[in-house]
Amino acid sequence: MNSPLKRVAVACFLMFGLLMANVTYLGAVKAEDLRTDSRNVRSFYARYSVDRGWITSDNGKVVLAKSVDTGDTKFRFDRKYPEGKAFAHVVGYFAPESSSGIEGAEGRYLDGSHPDLVVRRAIDLISGKPHKGANVDLTLNAKAQKVAYKDLANTGKRGAVVALDPKTGAVLTMVSVPSYDPNPLAVANKDSVNKAYNKLDADKTNKPLLNRAIGLTYAPGSTFKTVTSAAFLMDDRSRDVNTMVNAPDALPLPGTNISLPNYHGESCGGRATLLAAYTISCNTPFADVAMEMGYDKLKEQAEKFGVGTPLSIPLSVTKSDIGKDDGKAALAMTAIGQRDNQMTPLQMAMVAAGIANRGTVMKPYLVNKITGPDGGEIDTTSPEEMSEAVTPEVAAQLTTMMINVVRNGTGRAAALPNTTVAGKTGTAETAPGKPSHAWFISFAPAEDPKVAVAVFVESGSAGNDATGGAIAAPIAHDVMQAVLGQ
Amino acid sequence: MTAKRRGAQLAMLAFAVVVVMCAYAGVGLGIDGQIPAGMLTYGLGLGALMLAAYLVLAKWAPWADPLLLPLVTLVNGIGLVMIYRIEQAGQPGASATTQLMWTALGVVMFSATLIVLKDHRALQRLTYTAGFAGLALLLLPLLPFVGKEINGARIWVGIGPFSIQPSEFAKITLVVFFAGYLVAKRDVLALAGRRLLFIDLPRARDLGPVLITWAVSLGVLVMQKDLGSSLLLFGAFIAMLYIATQRTSWVLIGALLFVGGAVLAGQIFSHVELRFNIWLHADDPALFEGSSFQLMQGLFAIGSGGILGTGLGQGHPNPIPLSFSDFIFTATGEELGLTGLMALLMVYALIVERGLRTSLAARDPFSKLLAGGLSFILAWQVFIIVGGVTRLIPLTGLVTPFMSAGGSALLANWMLIALLVRMSDAARKPPPQAIQDEGLTQVMQR
Repeated sequence: MNSPLKRVAVACFLMFGLLMANVTYLGAVKAEDLRTDSRNVRSFYARYSVDRGWITSDNGKVVLAKSVDTGDTKFRFDRKYPEGKAFAHVVGYFAPESSSGIEGAEGRYLDGSHPDLVVRRAIDLISGKPHKGANVDLTLNAKAQKVAYKDLANTGKRGAVVALDPKTGAVLTMVSVPSYDPNPLAVANKDSVNKAYNKLDADKTNKPLLNRAIGLTYAPGSTFKTVTSAAFLMDDRSRDVNTMVNAPDALPLPGTNISLPNYHGESCGGRATLLAAYTISCNTPFADVAMEMGYDKLKEQAEKFGVGTPLSIPLSVTKSDIGKDDGKAALAMTAIGQRDNQMTPLQMAMVAAGIANRGTVMKPYLVNKITGPDGGEIDTTSPEEMSEAVTPEVAAQLTTMMINVVRNGTGRAAALPNTTVAGKTGTAETAPGKPSHAWFISFAPAEDPKVAVAVFVESGSAGNDATGGAIAAPIAHDVMQAVLGQ
Repeated sequence: MTAKRRGAQLAMLAFAVVVVMCAYAGVGLGIDGQIPAGMLTYGLGLGALMLAAYLVLAKWAPWADPLLLPLVTLVNGIGLVMIYRIEQAGQPGASATTQLMWTALGVVMFSATLIVLKDHRALQRLTYTAGFAGLALLLLPLLPFVGKEINGARIWVGIGPFSIQPSEFAKITLVVFFAGYLVAKRDVLALAGRRLLFIDLPRARDLGPVLITWAVSLGVLVMQKDLGSSLLLFGAFIAMLYIATQRTSWVLIGALLFVGGAVLAGQIFSHVELRFNIWLHADDPALFEGSSFQLMQGLFAIGSGGILGTGLGQGHPNPIPLSFSDFIFTATGEELGLTGLMALLMVYALIVERGLRTSLAARDPFSKLLAGGLSFILAWQVFIIVGGVTRLIPLTGLVTPFMSAGGSALLANWMLIALLVRMSDAARKPPPQAIQDEGLTQVMQR
C-alpha cells in the first residue's frame, strides 16, 4: 500500500503548495491593490491608526496640531488644532480623504512613512508599538501670527499678512482672513467633514479656504514702485536717491488718448528727486522711468526678487507675474503696480526682505525642523540664498527711501518708537468704481533688520476709500512690534 | 532502532508554548502598549495543559512521533491568541475563555483516547458500528427539536446552551469505517472489469459502496446545505479507496461523480450556484453589495497585511465577518502577514507529513489506511477552507482545524491527533525481540 500512499502524500503537498502560492499571490503580488481598494475600510482606519506627529511653532513651545489617543479601535487617534483659525491656512487639516497645508505637504513625515523614518518604523514594528510619526516645528512666531490675525479678523477685513526673517527667509507670520476652524474638517467621519467642507467652499465672497498669502495674486499698487526704483537705480549706478526725475501732474500714455494722473490728482511739481517722488508716492515719475528703461529691464528686476520662480515653502506658492510686454502704455501701468501686474503677498514680503538683507533674497521656508517621536532631530532647514536682487549699495539707497516713507511720507502709521522702520504703502485700483486694495510692505529695524512684512487688505473689506497708509500700515506696525518684542 | 526522542519533544512543546505566550503578549502591546493582565494565568494554564498531555503521551504512548503534539499545540495556541485578539476588538461571538475551555476539554479527549485505546486495531472490529455512528451523527441535525440551523447550514445540534457540530465527529468515525471496510473489501474492489481507453474500469457490482457514499455526501449537501462537509467526506473516501486499491479509475470515477453532482446541485439549488458566482466574480460590484462582501473582506485583510503583517493587535479584524471562525485564517494574515500564513501552512503541512509517515511505517493494512485517511482528511480540510477564504476554490464553510472558534471541531481534531499518536507509537515501537539464547530458532532467523 506504500506506493499509493506516497502518491497521496505528493497530492497533499501539491495542495499545500497551491495554498502557499495563492497566499503569496495575495500577500505579495496583489497586496497593494487589495490594500488600497476603495472598499477596504482599512485605508480609512489606517489614517487614524498612526500616532501622527505634532505640528508646533516657536521651537516646540506652541502646539498647533496634536494627536489625541481616544482608545477607539477603528479611529484611534483624533487630530486637534488648539490654535484654530489663526493658523488654519498654514497648518491645514487632516481630513478623511485629503489633507492640506503642512498636514498635507509634510504628511509623510507626520505619518512616519517618509524614507528617513524607515529605521524607526522597523523598530516600532518589531516592538509592536503603535506607529508614531515625526514632529514638524514651524518657523512661525505665534505671537505675531495671532496679532496679525486679530488685526484683520476683528475689524472684518479680508486680506493676508506675511512676515519674513529677512536674513534667513524663515516665515514668521502667514495669516489669511477670513479663516476657518480646521477641527470639524479633521473628524473621522466622511459625511460630516464633507458637509463642513462644502459649507466653507460655498462661501464665494469670503472664500475662507483660500490662503490669500500664497494662493492668489493681486495688483500690488504703489508698493511695486520699490521694484521699479530698484530697476532704475541698478540700470545706472551713478543714480541715487537724489537723482531728479520727471514728475508731471499728468503723463500722456503713448498710443492712447488718456494720460496717467497722480493719486487723487495731486501735484508732484513737474520735477522731483527719486526720494521725494517715492516718499509721497507720485505715479508719473515711475511710469516715466519705466517707459524709458523698457519692459525687459523691469521684468528682469522683478525676477531677481523672485517673481516667476516656482516656490514650495513647502506649501506651493502661486506664481507672481508683472504681465506681458504689451506696449509702452501698459508698461507705464505695470511700473506702478497696476494692470496685469499681479503679486502674492508673500512675493511683496520677499521684495521688502530682499532690500532689508542688503539686496539678497533668501528662499522663504515654513519648516524650522523635523524631530523624531523621541525628540531626536531628523532634519533642520538651513537658510538658502535665492538671488541677489540688487547690490548692497542700491539696497541702502532703497532703504533710505523706505525710511523716509515712514518718517515723512504715506507710511507714518507704521512708525515704531526707538526703532527705524522702512516701508512703502500701496493702494491698488481694482476696477472702475470699485474700492482699492490696500498694501503695505516694510522692515525693521532698518539698521539691522529682524523682520520684513507685507500686509494686504482686499478691496471692499475696509471701506470705500481704503489706502495702504491708513489701513495696511497699522497692521504692519503691530506685527513688527510683536516680532521685535516691544 | 528508532529513538523515543522524549526530551526533544518536551523542548519543542515548551518552545511552542513560549511562542504562543509571546504572541499573547504581542496582542496586548499592540492594542494598548501593555502586557495583558491575564498573561500569567493564561500562560501557566496552557503550559499545564500541554504538560499533562505530554505526561499522558509519555506514559501511554512512549514511542509516539515527537513532533505531532508540539505542532498541534502551536496551531491551537495561535488560534487562541487570534480569538483573544478578535474578542479585544469587540467582535460579538469571539470568546477566548470559551475557546481555552474547549482546548482543555480537547486535551482531556486526547488523553482519554490514548488511555482507553491501548491498541487502535480494536477499532477494526468496530467497522460497521463506526459506519452507523457516522451516518447517525450526520443525520442528527436534521431531526426536529435538536437540530439547529446557524448561518444557513443545518449542521448543528443544540444541547442546552451548547451547540454541537456532529459532522466533525462523523468525519472521524467515517474514516474508521472506510478503513475497516476497505481493508476487508480491497481485493474485490481492485479486481479489474473492462478496460476502456487506458483505464481499467472496476466491475459494475463493486460500484455499490462508492455510489452509497456519493449519495450520502450529496444528501448532506442538499439537506443540510453543507457543501464543505460533503466535499470533505467524499474526497476522503476517494483518497482512501485509492490507497486501498491503487486504482486510478476510482479517483476518476469519484471526481466525475462529484463534479456531476455538484453541477447538478448548482442547477437545482440557488445557493450552490451563488457560491460559484462569488468565486468567479468576487470583484463584481453588484455581487460585492450582497454576497461576495465576506470573501472580499477576507482578501482585503490579507492584502493589508502584506508581507510582514500589521503586527498582532494592530490590524482590523472587525470588517471581516466571522473573523474568529471561518475567516480566522485571513484575520491572521492581516496581523502576521504573508510570513505568518506561510509559517502556519508549513506547520499544517508538517502535521500531515508526520501522519503520512506514520501511515508508511505502519505494519498492518488497517493502520496504514486509517493513518493515511486521517492525515489526508486533515490536509483536505485545510485545503478546502484556506483555499476557500483565499479564493483558490469556491468558498464552502468549514472549520480551520485547531484555529477556528468552536468546541466540536477542537474535540474531534484532538481525537484525530490522539489516533495518529497511538498509531505512530505502534509503528515506531521496536518489534518484540527474538530470544537470543534459543539456538534452534536462531538458525531460522538467519
